[in-house]
Amino acid sequence: MRADPLRIRPRRHPVIIALNVAMVLALVGAVSILFTNENFEWATVFQYLFSEQVLAGVVVTLWLTAISMFLGIVIGIVLAVMRLSPYAVFRYSAGVYIWFFRGVPVLVQLIFWFNLSSLFPTIDFGLPFMTPLFSLDANELITRTTAAILGLALCEAAYMAEIVRAGIESVGSGQSEAASALGMSPWLTFRRIVLPQATRVIIPPTGNELINLLKGTSLVSVLAISDLLYAVQTIYSQNFQTIPLLITATIWYLVITSVLNVIQSRIERHFAAGVIGRPGRTTPGMRRAKIEAVT
Amino acid sequence: MTEPIISLTGVRKSFGNNEVLKGIDFEVAVGEVVCLIGPSGSGKSTLLRSINHLEKIDSGEIVVAGHQVGYELHRGYRREQSGKAIAAARRDVGMLFQHFNLFPHMTVLENIIEAPVRVAHRKRSEAIATARALLAQVGLDGKERAYPSELSGGQQQRVAIARALAMKPKVLLFDEPTSALDPEVVGEVLTVMRDLAAGGSTMIVVTHEMGFAREVADRVIFMADGAIVESGPPADLLGNPQHERTRTFLARILA
Repeated sequence: MRADPLRIRPRRHPVIIALNVAMVLALVGAVSILFTNENFEWATVFQYLFSEQVLAGVVVTLWLTAISMFLGIVIGIVLAVMRLSPYAVFRYSAGVYIWFFRGVPVLVQLIFWFNLSSLFPTIDFGLPFMTPLFSLDANELITRTTAAILGLALCEAAYMAEIVRAGIESVGSGQSEAASALGMSPWLTFRRIVLPQATRVIIPPTGNELINLLKGTSLVSVLAISDLLYAVQTIYSQNFQTIPLLITATIWYLVITSVLNVIQSRIERHFAAGVIGRPGRTTPGMRRAKIEAVT
Repeated sequence: MTEPIISLTGVRKSFGNNEVLKGIDFEVAVGEVVCLIGPSGSGKSTLLRSINHLEKIDSGEIVVAGHQVGYELHRGYRREQSGKAIAAARRDVGMLFQHFNLFPHMTVLENIIEAPVRVAHRKRSEAIATARALLAQVGLDGKERAYPSELSGGQQQRVAIARALAMKPKVLLFDEPTSALDPEVVGEVLTVMRDLAAGGSTMIVVTHEMGFAREVADRVIFMADGAIVESGPPADLLGNPQHERTRTFLARILA
């Protein structure tokens, strides 16, 4: 190739070159340890990776995450709308909820819900100081599973409320003014105009929440629910292969979070319609092509 | 004057201690084009927005097309109407904003048919046909599938006009529709507005475009400090203002 005195090339920093070499060496070292240190017991890791007990644990972890996140999002949206309400009664009750459930560690909440029957043997419905209209037995109502879902979902709702509120506030007031000027009701305005635009802002932190929640489900092992962590704990308490089985669980957690990351970026691209100048996202043209393909 | 389609009686409004509307009375007849002019902070935008109940008022009465706007009599005092009644009253009034306020997550066509389909419950196919005709009217046929972010300011404001017209409003309110536009596209928006006026639309326009006011308005109202200082045909008000306040304002803006 001919030397071209006008061609501009990026400047090379010696420190960066040295760091690159160091990183490659570190990577080679790490990989070689994985293969040379026999304490990893890879055979055991893979023996249990697809075992019935572990797979059942994966399924429990997944549906516990799904149902808690779903409830968390729904309650979170309601709380966010309450926080932004013109009526103080809504604003304050949502504020107190968020203060409480965000302030108490999830682990404490889980154990608390599980032991609720010691505090309230029956759960009564009615007015204060009056004979209850009907009562439910707390021991029957709050099983291990409901305690786990309540603990995870109610806490998640508090975090989601703040995320959704930030998303709603990111949509300019001109949008709801234009919608109401067209005769759209507050609910229609929220559903069709504000929420879709807020969603774009809400999704990235919600992805973080989902991954946190997935990992957070491992806390329910204290309630002896056979999630992924509890499943491997049960196995290694019998065969004492603690490290290999924790690696089995680690692999599953990483696989699931990786899949969730891919799903998140797909959803982000979908809601970026109409926003241009953001690299790597759908341009309006791409969405148009999709619409044309449908019609 | 024929039966007024808009009438305001004793409209007052304060932001804290600052009274921005000090008892406004005026009427607009069917087909009339009224331009509201005045220095910033004179209350003209607040007044315009109150006609659509985007701004709450403290006292007074606003009637559009025979409907009370925003408030109703209840046991001898006025209280705010239900959300449903407010939304219903707004359907008679089309509103255009300085910053267009198109819905950025919807295409041009989706922007225009949203309210006709979801609010007026028209058939989707009819709404689309109307939207196409309106886009042609504002000179934007072929832009149905564009997103607002792909359009110039002038094009966005013309889409906003088409969106407002799609609800077949009896009255159009323009809140400084050209103030946020680049100078070279102001003309295309004013042309559309001129055509609407010529077609018999009832319009109230808050504007700094004195040329438009002189040429198109039936009446110009000059506001200052929350009150109407004077009003009259554009030739009189702009050519031979009676009040000192009006003269200094016009001298400054036409200089």
